[in-house]
Amino acid sequence: MIHAAGPLLLVAILAGLGTYGVLARRNVVMVLVGAELLINSVALLLVTVDAATRDPLLSGQVLTLFLITVAAAEVGLALAVVLLLFRHSGSSDLDDATSLGETSNLGETSRPADADADTDTRTGR
Amino acid sequence: MTALDALFIALAVLAAGSGLLAVTSRQVVHAALWLVVTLGTLAGCYLVLGAEVVALVQLLVYVGAIVVLVLFALMLTRAPIGTGDRSDHPISHGLPQRIGAAVVGLGITGLLAAVLLRALSGPGFSTTIDVQRERGGSGRVGEVLFAWWVLPFELLSVLLLAALVGALAVSRGGDDR
Repeated sequence: MIHAAGPLLLVAILAGLGTYGVLARRNVVMVLVGAELLINSVALLLVTVDAATRDPLLSGQVLTLFLITVAAAEVGLALAVVLLLFRHSGSSDLDDATSLGETSNLGETSRPADADADTDTRTGR
Repeated sequence: MTALDALFIALAVLAAGSGLLAVTSRQVVHAALWLVVTLGTLAGCYLVLGAEVVALVQLLVYVGAIVVLVLFALMLTRAPIGTGDRSDHPISHGLPQRIGAAVVGLGITGLLAAVLLRALSGPGFSTTIDVQRERGGSGRVGEVLFAWWVLPFELLSVLLLAALVGALAVSRGGDDR
């Protein structure tokens, strides 16, 4: 037997901490750390509700496993975006990333017109 | 208050404290390592809640792989690791924005806590959880995962492949087009 208020309070605290991390950090990798805390608060909520409701299909636990996998994919993609950002602006500081497109001198080398738009949507995620 | 309660509260205090240090630490590597502590104690929380397999996967994938990727990102972007270098790029925003972020974070904590604790008194929930160890064991989870959840499970492999190809396309996009 365990009181259900404890896990739920931890979920709320972790979500608040993650939000603080995403909003207060300038370094883009540290923003990612805040996002990981947010993801983990969701995972803890799923496990808690699964233990409380005793779903016969174990949906909370299985969805947590899926969530961990999705988080792994997300971090891999985020690492690529961070590296691209670093290569273009020379730092991993979000305040330096003031332009969405690739504004470097690569522009004249017969770049397809939609390449900038693609980068916009990727970095905007 | 049972022994499980005490164990969970200890783990929760550890997780919340190390999470706070992870988002407020002034050094990037310290923040990443505090994240390891948070994720590890969360795995302990899953164990207390009876989700054994989830706890082990959390340790394997999160602590083992994701934190390594975060450290890789720090290494490759030449983040300020020491105490003195690159002081022109602090890793946090200035004080006004930090205060605003703290207000928003506290607001989210309060809102979520209020909503979730209210939901406890609603129908279908009880204020105590009767932890059943055998629900989270590998036999039961494997059975359900590969019988009922097998389609989304296989879809995840496609997602991982797509993410890998996407990461490759994003990181190589600048040079050779």
